[in-house]
Amino acid sequence: METNEVYEKLKKVFEDGIGELKTDVPVDPFFFVSADKINAVSLFLRDEESLQFDNLSCLSGMDYDKDNLAVVYHLYSYVHHHKLVVKVVVPKSNPVVNTVSDVWAAADWHEREAYDLVGMTFEGHPDLRRILLPEDWEGHPLRKDYKVPEFYRGMKVPY
Amino acid sequence: MGILNKLDNRVEQFESGNIIITSADKLLNWSRLSSMWQMFFGLACCAIEMMATSASHYDLDRFGIIPRPSPRHVDIILISGTVTLKMATRIKRLWDQMPEPKYCLSMGSCANCGGPYWEHGYHVLKGVDRIIPVDVYVPGCPPRPEALIEGLIKLQEKIREQSLAKKPA
Repeated sequence: METNEVYEKLKKVFEDGIGELKTDVPVDPFFFVSADKINAVSLFLRDEESLQFDNLSCLSGMDYDKDNLAVVYHLYSYVHHHKLVVKVVVPKSNPVVNTVSDVWAAADWHEREAYDLVGMTFEGHPDLRRILLPEDWEGHPLRKDYKVPEFYRGMKVPY
Repeated sequence: MGILNKLDNRVEQFESGNIIITSADKLLNWSRLSSMWQMFFGLACCAIEMMATSASHYDLDRFGIIPRPSPRHVDIILISGTVTLKMATRIKRLWDQMPEPKYCLSMGSCANCGGPYWEHGYHVLKGVDRIIPVDVYVPGCPPRPEALIEGLIKLQEKIREQSLAKKPA
């Protein structure tokens, strides 16, 4: 099933939560979902007979443009062998997204990584803390405006 | 003091072959360099090369170097791999737990100077010598087993020069 067919199906069920579909990009076509509906949309994507996206291949947080952060979900279905890309865009001043860790268990650590590196908070996550960097690190390194700290616990960080 | 005058840099053996006279320095240094027990401390890709060196093709056991899991049992720690800032606090603690005389061999580019992450690595400690004193640096990314063995032999030569009268640095 192609992305635009999935998009039509979703638009019939959730009218206001689904954003626009972008097909003229050099990568896979994707569409936007609003931040508070992503949990319900994910449950529908996973459980619906003709869709059955039972594999979350990747969940990544990114710095989208000057005032927004985004989360990208890459989904795959082992039953129907089709894939899908979904994006959620949130403003940097309030980067809160519903968690999907109760829909796909792999999202647990991927969301912890997105929180650690980009600063995206996931509402409803069971254990949201830093996973790659030390617990007392300050800042979120993969944002574009990140500055490398001079010292960390007495060790000089830059070369 | 006839026999002791002749000692200098040599070991004297009697004609019957059962008695050897040497100095305490040489005996201690020889025993220390022939059985350098190393700590199981592989962090990244250099660890694979360290394991390859310890395996049967380039054997490290013939030098007396066997791996031990606990820092309390070892003489030498081979820092092989990238040292992140998160790991650096743990390395300092392990170094403090090692008993004297202890030596450190920094293996690979990342442990020497931060390696390929020197420019943009916000999370990498640029060289393990920022936290612990290093005796031998082995360059390479990763160093070949022959290079690692040469580094260990250089460390053996350093131990051979030590003396009981001066504390090792």
